Amino acid sequence: MIKTDVVIIGAGAVGCAIARELSKYEIDVIVVDKNEDIGGDASKSNSAIIHTGYDAAPGTLESQLVVAANPMYDRLAKELDVPFRRIGAILPAITLEQFEQLPAIMEKAFKNHVYDVEYKSAAELLEMEPNLNPEVKGGLFIPRESIIDPFILCQALAENACENGVHFLPGAKVTGINVENGRIKSVLTAKGEISTTYVINSAGLYCDEIAAMVGKADYKVVPRKGQFFILDKNTSCKVNHIVLPIPTKVTKGKLMCPTIHGNMLIGPTAEDIPDKEDKSVTYEGLASIEQDVRKLVPNVCIRDTITQYCGLRPNRNPEGLHFDMYDDLYGYINLSGVRSTGLTLSVAMAKYVVRQMLWSGAKLNLKENFIPRRKGIVVFHELPINEQAALVKKNPLYGNIICRCETITEAEILDAIHRPLGAKSIDAVKRRVRAGMGRCQGGFCGPKVIEILSRELNIPVESVNKNNPGSYMVSGTNK
Amino acid sequence: MENIFEMFCDVAIVGGGPAGLSAAVAAKEEGSQKVLIIERDNALGGILQQCIHPGFGLKLFNEELTGPEYYGRFIKKAKELGVEYLLSTMVLEVNAENKIITCVNSQTGLTLIKAGSIVLAMGCRERTRANIMVPGTRPAGLYTAGSAQRLLNRQNIMVGKKIVILGSGDIGMIMARRMTLEGARVVMVVELMDYLAGLTRNKVQCLDDFGIPLRLSHTITKIVGNKRVEGVYVAPVGPDRKPVVEKEEFVECDTVLFSVGLIPENELTKKAGIKIDPVTSGPAVDQYMQTSAEGIFACGNVVHVNDLVDNVSSESAIAGKYAAKYAAGNLNAHTRLVRCVPGVNIRYICPQFIKVGGDEEKARLYFRVQKPMKQVTLVAKSGSEIILKQKEIRVNPGEMNSMEIETSKLASDDLILEVDSDSQA
Ligand SMILES: Cc1cc2nc3c(=O)[nH]c(=O)nc-3n(C[C@H](O)[C@H](O)[C@H](O)COP(=O)(O)OP(=O)(O)OC[C@H]3O[C@@H](n4cnc5c(N)ncnc54)[C@H](O)[C@@H]3O)c2cc1C
Ligand SMILES: Cc1cc2nc3c(=O)[nH]c(=O)nc-3n(C[C@H](O)[C@H](O)[C@H](O)COP(=O)(O)OP(=O)(O)OC[C@H]3O[C@@H](n4cnc5c(N)ncnc54)[C@H](O)[C@@H]3O)c2cc1C
Repeated sequence: MIKTDVVIIGAGAVGCAIARELSKYEIDVIVVDKNEDIGGDASKSNSAIIHTGYDAAPGTLESQLVVAANPMYDRLAKELDVPFRRIGAILPAITLEQFEQLPAIMEKAFKNHVYDVEYKSAAELLEMEPNLNPEVKGGLFIPRESIIDPFILCQALAENACENGVHFLPGAKVTGINVENGRIKSVLTAKGEISTTYVINSAGLYCDEIAAMVGKADYKVVPRKGQFFILDKNTSCKVNHIVLPIPTKVTKGKLMCPTIHGNMLIGPTAEDIPDKEDKSVTYEGLASIEQDVRKLVPNVCIRDTITQYCGLRPNRNPEGLHFDMYDDLYGYINLSGVRSTGLTLSVAMAKYVVRQMLWSGAKLNLKENFIPRRKGIVVFHELPINEQAALVKKNPLYGNIICRCETITEAEILDAIHRPLGAKSIDAVKRRVRAGMGRCQGGFCGPKVIEILSRELNIPVESVNKNNPGSYMVSGTNK
Repeated sequence: MENIFEMFCDVAIVGGGPAGLSAAVAAKEEGSQKVLIIERDNALGGILQQCIHPGFGLKLFNEELTGPEYYGRFIKKAKELGVEYLLSTMVLEVNAENKIITCVNSQTGLTLIKAGSIVLAMGCRERTRANIMVPGTRPAGLYTAGSAQRLLNRQNIMVGKKIVILGSGDIGMIMARRMTLEGARVVMVVELMDYLAGLTRNKVQCLDDFGIPLRLSHTITKIVGNKRVEGVYVAPVGPDRKPVVEKEEFVECDTVLFSVGLIPENELTKKAGIKIDPVTSGPAVDQYMQTSAEGIFACGNVVHVNDLVDNVSSESAIAGKYAAKYAAGNLNAHTRLVRCVPGVNIRYICPQFIKVGGDEEKARLYFRVQKPMKQVTLVAKSGSEIILKQKEIRVNPGEMNSMEIETSKLASDDLILEVDSDSQA
């Protein structure tokens, strides 16, 4: 049996952030996930916005954590080499009725301690955002709303945690938890039993099932589906900020914003669904996005879409973000309701968890040799020409472009495969270096990436998966 | 600059497919000294390298050749004439003003090429599942037909065993036959429109001969499966092309191939600031295949999607010839610009412009119709005056038509092309 101090269930943003935070201390940590790659479920299919918390419900844990998390990203992004940009959000009121709601939204921002929200006139908004609906009456500017690469955020947290001694166990679905005398004893996974003192349940959509394993299932996860469009970088009608709709009583609504890599992101829908594995986009969902976003940006060109995807928010009933520890179950930490701001608050949640562990008597001594920095994969096409030239001289594989749409070189793909917690599947390569994320969606590079993975991992092509086992890319070779 | 390799040539050609090869040969024949092809693949031939089926060259050579046999003839000629080429070299940028190409490979590294003139011959890419927004999940087993063809014919890899093909384009139909011959089961070909997207001969030879059903006026309404494709829902569409969901049926398969059209690959062209025709998605050209940027020519599928490579070769020879003339300073100035205007039932005309009073007294127009018709007359008018009539038994959006015009007859600034139905006349 493997022995450790802490088992974190789930390698999403929350699990990875906690792993990295704990890696600063002298304590053994194993992160287990049912998936083959780190990066979670919800954490790889969201709007990729680092929120300020201006619109959270004041006084809640969610408000506290999101507001605390936002300022942490400047330093984090530098330390861990994560693409991050403070582009700011605007909240335009298109109708008079919406215009009348602005003071209340401003007041709520104050209550959340987000003081830098500003009023902007229609003329100012149109200057900031020329493609905005010209009927705009005025609106708010929320300067610290930001965009991030959500995949790299998780990878960076995980790689850094790994470098500082945390173990990651992929493909290890948790099937049971043993409790003895009111203490956690061990965790049963598809890859064996792990004896541990602490279990941190950050299993997202499945956190209720984990909670049930220790008899603490006083809530249910209700997946809330969010569908999106991604548009081509070359689309004619773009925005420079995160353009948010004024929320209604029912929904926060659908937004349009640039992604960190220059595409346009439009969505999401908000649909409560019964099935945690239903990751399908629908005619109705996509049509509703187009209809709603047109009200904000009338000329948006949906035809330029290069992909559509959906994510499931691990919403909870009863609602709200919850952190729970139990007097009668030492060592068990339950995180639930990490719904639509979880990417943002993950890093603050990590601090919060560690503090709660300390309070509960955990012995956590800071390491002396913690390595705070992580170097990302060099992005060839973002370099100035003389640096590109020097790089190819040094390593000729930078001269071999594999993905034509995103201009990704063989050297970058090899780095993605061979670094710690490296890529073992087509999607894992795609999320690390964007090969296949462009307008042809892997039509050109897919066949080459299959061969590279097969060669580098020394496996037959039919064993190359899109992501998890069973998602084989090709059926075999011809003799 | 340190670490940057520099080269010079008269005519630089981006892309070594049939278009680039034919342009290179023509440029040499026109007397250009140094003609250089830059190709990102590790071999010349372009998309035809994966087209191992016969059916090429009927028009140009009066023979039925395979893809490799067809471009093999051009490579042989190009080598005899001393055309130079860089392989495994990706062009990253074309500067239209200075005629400088930035490219990269593993041998010379980052490379700048200064050219007298440039021919763009980058071909096209395939439209994807996402472009046409098919609902459902995103499992493994979704391929464009061309990617599956590449895997099979160049890498010897089969993508799946039980296949549904969406779109009745030529690549899809050819792959239906190829996959069947390799032991896969092609369950059906599904086509949204009520007519075939590709060539009729491909339907006969690739579907009918193998008993593969073609479902016209149908579409895929949903893709099912979280790991690998488990199946698709297929439904008929109404006259508005919207699916009739009540009539949806589940079709089991492990693979979906998309043969839903090609898009000229013009990222370099757009970045260079060259004008694009929104209908063809390729650069607007004149009869010399010159783009809106002086000295930058374009030919082949990068200009408009061709169904016959023979047309590509002929059109590209023009581009090569005039690119050579331009590089040598011998391209005569024109006196007047005539616009080619698509009239009744014409989707587009290529070239988009004709220059009058320059070098050439004849110009060949290539064009596609909007909808299929039988027993028609193609009519070319200069303003309101009819200058040419040509009878056709049938016209079809999937099959390109062409017509040769005497430029001296172009009195008006507008050349209008239309399809007239003979039954009405
Ligand atoms: C449509 C949408 C838009 C969003 N937009 C934003 C946004 O703009 N900004 C923002 O901050 N947040 C956003 N969010 C929220 C954010 O994405 C989530 O709150 C966050 O990703 C949750 O992270 P997580 O690590 O808790 O969960 P996940 O990323 O879902 O990770 C949970 C992990 O647990 C693993 N797991 C589950 N069960 C088991 C088991 N039995 N054994 C082992 N492992 C298991 C899963 O495999 C998974 O990897 C959005 C969410 C959605 C769906
Ligand atoms: C699958 C398929 C089946 C077909 N079947 C038939 C048939 O049966 N009969 C028939 O007559 N015609 C057929 N055709 C049509 C014919 O093959 C095409 O019209 C012809 O190949 C187009 O030639 P091209 O040179 O324009 O493009 P391509 O053949 O695509 O060549 C373009 C070249 O440019 C290179 N390139 C692109 N961008 C760059 C860059 N940035 N840097 C360097 N190099 C670059 C590419 O690698 C490629 O080699 C078929 C086409 C396809 C796709």
